Parts: sequence; C-alpha cells; structure tokens
Amino acid sequence: MTLPATISSIDVDYLRAQFPILSTTVHGGKPLVYLDHAATSQKPQCVIDAIASYYTTTNSNVHRGAHALAAKATEAYEHARHTVAAFLGAASPSEIVFTKGTTEAVNLVAATVAHRLQPGDEIVLTEMEHHANIVPWQLMAQQRGAVIRVIPVTDSGELDMQAAASLIGPATKIVSAVHVSNTLGTVNPVAQLCAMAGSVGALSFIDGAQAVLHDPIDVAALGCDFYAFSAHKLFAPMGLGVLYGRYHVLESLPPYQGGGSMIDSVSFDGTTFNAPPMRFEAGTPNVEAAVGLTTAIEWFAAVDPDWRRHHDQSITAYALDAIGGIDGLTVYGNAAHRVGILSFTVEGTHAADVGTLLDAMGVAVRVGHHCTQPLMRRLGVTSTIRASFSVTTTAHEVDVFAAALTKAVGMLR
Amino acid sequence: MKPSQIADTLVAEFEMFTDWEDKYSYIIDLGKHLPPYPAERRTDDFLVRGCQSRVWLSPTVEGDVLRFDADSDAIITRGLIAMLLRVYGGQPAHDIIATPPTFLSRIGLDTHLSQSRANGLASMVNHVMRIAAVVAQQPRSGEPA
Repeated sequence: MTLPATISSIDVDYLRAQFPILSTTVHGGKPLVYLDHAATSQKPQCVIDAIASYYTTTNSNVHRGAHALAAKATEAYEHARHTVAAFLGAASPSEIVFTKGTTEAVNLVAATVAHRLQPGDEIVLTEMEHHANIVPWQLMAQQRGAVIRVIPVTDSGELDMQAAASLIGPATKIVSAVHVSNTLGTVNPVAQLCAMAGSVGALSFIDGAQAVLHDPIDVAALGCDFYAFSAHKLFAPMGLGVLYGRYHVLESLPPYQGGGSMIDSVSFDGTTFNAPPMRFEAGTPNVEAAVGLTTAIEWFAAVDPDWRRHHDQSITAYALDAIGGIDGLTVYGNAAHRVGILSFTVEGTHAADVGTLLDAMGVAVRVGHHCTQPLMRRLGVTSTIRASFSVTTTAHEVDVFAAALTKAVGMLR
Repeated sequence: MKPSQIADTLVAEFEMFTDWEDKYSYIIDLGKHLPPYPAERRTDDFLVRGCQSRVWLSPTVEGDVLRFDADSDAIITRGLIAMLLRVYGGQPAHDIIATPPTFLSRIGLDTHLSQSRANGLASMVNHVMRIAAVVAQQPRSGEPA
C-alpha cells in the first residue's frame, strides 16, 4: 500500500523540517522514529524561538508592576488567552482559565462544583477515561457522598450510547467524558453527551487533551460547559493547560486556590474575589508557556484541517496495513470515527519487551496501561503497545516501525 | 566463585557482543532458560513493587546462604532476573551486600534500558539487598548471640 497521491510527502517533509528533534538520533546513531505524539508533541522551531524571544525581550511578571516590560508581558499573556478563545470557539477570552494542565483543569472543576452535590447525586464518567478524569471525581464523590456511574465501552471501543441515555437522568449532576481516547483513538460523540447532560440540568466536562490536535474544536457547537486540554500535546511547552468554562458557570463557582491575582480586595475581616478567569489563577502564571502556546496555535492553524484529517487517516490506514500481517497481532478498538492512535498487543510477547526492543531500534512508542486501567480491564489486558502519529509522521517512519516490530517479535518468540 | 567474580565473568561475556541485538538476544535466551518458578509462590505476597512487568521473587535461607526463585511475565525481565540470580543466588548474605550491582552499568544496560525498566531492575536489586541485609544481621549458628 502506498500513501494516496493527495498526501504529498513534500507537505510532511516541510512540516517535519521545522522540528529539530525529529532529525536527531538515539542509542548511538539510530535515527529517531518518534511515535509517541499522544504522550507529548515535539516542538517546532517557531515555538522554541518564541520562548527564547520572550526571555530576551519581554520577561516580567504579569498583571502588576508599572513599567514597560510588565505591560508587554501582560499583553503577551492576555494575547494567548485571546488566541485560545478563538481556537476553541469560546464566546470571550474571559471564558479561558489557564491551569497547569488538563489534570489540574479536572481537579479545579471537581473541587469548585463539589459544594453543589448532595449525597446520592450522580457523576457520570465513561469506561475509557484517563485516570485524570476519574480520580478527581472519585475524591470529590467520597467527600460529598456522591455516586459515580460509568458509561460502558463496546467491543469496537466505542461508548455504549444507549447505556449513556439510561444512565444520565435526574440524579445526574455532572457528565465528564473524554473527546478522543488516549488509548484507542476513538472519537466520542461528545456533543450528544453534552446534550443529554443539558437535558437533565447536569454540567458537562470534556477532556480534550488528545482531541485538540485533530479536528477543529468549537465549544459552542459541542454545547459543553467545560472543555480542557494541555498545551504540551499541541506543540507548546509543558506546564500549561487550558480550561474553557461557560462564563455564567465559571461566575457561579467559588475560588479554587487562594493567592495573588485571584482577589478583589484582601483584609483580615474578609476577602473578596476577582471575576473569572482571574478568580481561578492564583499566583504567577506560566507566561513563557502561554507565549509558546500562542505561536503553537498559530502554527497549527496554518496547517489545513482537511489536509490534517486526510494525513491522519491515511497514515493510520497505512500503519494498520503495515503491521496487520504480524502473526498474533490484536489491535484494540475499531471505531468508525478514530484518529491516529493505535493500541495493540502481539500474542506470545509482553508489551514491555516489545517496547524495549523497539526503543533499541530507535522507535519511540508507549507501553503500559496508558493511565486507563478500567479500560484495560474491559479489553482484558494489563498493558498494550501504543503508537501515535502526528502531522509530521511519514510513511518511511511507519515502515521503520513495522520492520522493527516484526524483528522484535521474532526475537521474543 | 564470589559474586564479584561472577559479575566480572558476566561483564566479559557481554563484551563479546558488539551490537545491541546480540546483547538482547542473549538476555532473551537467558530468560528462556530461567529455572521454573514454584507455582504456589506466584502470589501477590511475592510480587516486587515498582516493576513495569510483574516480577515474583522468593528467597530461601540456608544458614547464611540465600537462594532465590524468581519469575516475570516479560521475557527480557526474566533475562535480567537470570543475570541477577547468577551473581547473587546461592551466595552468603555478607558477600551479596558487598557486591553492589555495578556490573549492570559495566554491561551498558543502565543506559539502554528505558527509565521504567531501569527502575524495575533497581527495585529487584534493592529487594535482594534488603533480604541479604536482614539475613546478615542475624547471628550465625554456632556463634554467641
């Protein structure tokens, strides 16, 4: 199988050339084949330059200080908020809260909506959630006497939407679901889940950590109350996350952490709090990463979404074809709507062993439970090998991966 | 032979291999020939925490000599276990303690293994060393308590 002519290798090579790390070698001269994009993206030169430029021209603390640099840094930080708002289709930059990552975004919402929950109230999650979208709700549920209900996953690795319809009811206060599974690549019908949540007056939270680097996101069209993602999976630095919240919902929530920036006025008789989004941003934020995110989003938005989708589908099909002939291979999930994340096992081998040998050949994949132990249990495995692709993934990389996998399996059996 | 001498022999064996593939093939081969592990001890009580794959390690004490049975569901891990057992198995506790696992870095395994795998190997070594330390502290039979 060859890549369709419409996926010009010139396009991929052009994008690839912008990522210095992708032309490095590992383990004494093996060209790096990085197929762990779902764990974290690599960074294009423009993002690296933007961070360096921030420190050489702009660095200062934001939202305070009466000097030129403070104003410049604040402007850069707030420009990032504008850029993210436009990227997600938010009504206003005030709906964008910067966090440390998707994980903190879930924790923030779980902690601040907790007071609304009574014993017996229900939180609906799905069986394919990342631990970050399970544990914060469990902690909160234990505190409030709330109950977690779980939408099951079908054999094809999709959500059982009939079960969802019967699980989401009058007792439901929150529905929280992953947009794109980090283990299976399944794209979930989250707009439908948000509508179900809305119809019973429950809040909806969507974990968009994997979704943001695929089809364009429009929170208005999804109808969600909250949407979260991590900058580092979108070609930007680590340590920064985004929480979108419908403004009137954010406004109804109490502060998450106390500190500077989140206050209106402080006295020992009582403190009043700032309006969102500042109410949820205590302390000095990660301005460097926000500046990097602005550049990353501008860079990513310039890559035609139709081309992205086409490339993702082609490279995924190409990879499935390339490894499909390996005896004893099981690929988990075959959802009708999926992205370039492949989880698989090979009979007679342990995922950790395969990962070690692939690494020795320069191929970076992830092995393990991918922080989705309930899903692993549903699939009847303890660990899988996961290869994940990006706009920079070439057919050649897939060829190297397939050959390395064949060799590794041969050595292990 | 003392553990340190066995370790030197092991290092010398690996020095014969010039590329990673031969090294791994040898480790895999060692794993395939690891003696069978007693089924009744394949329980959570014998699991070593901190390993990427499941590792069972069960010590037997004879006087001040330690014997180990061990197993894993991953073959490369079994190979690493075989190397550890060859160096430390059937040795007096004092000699085990006196032989830190520097042979692993001399073989070049510490740089080649993934972080999680290296952590797992370190967990196994720590486990062996802890057991040896407990045994070494007990008075030897025939010696005044």
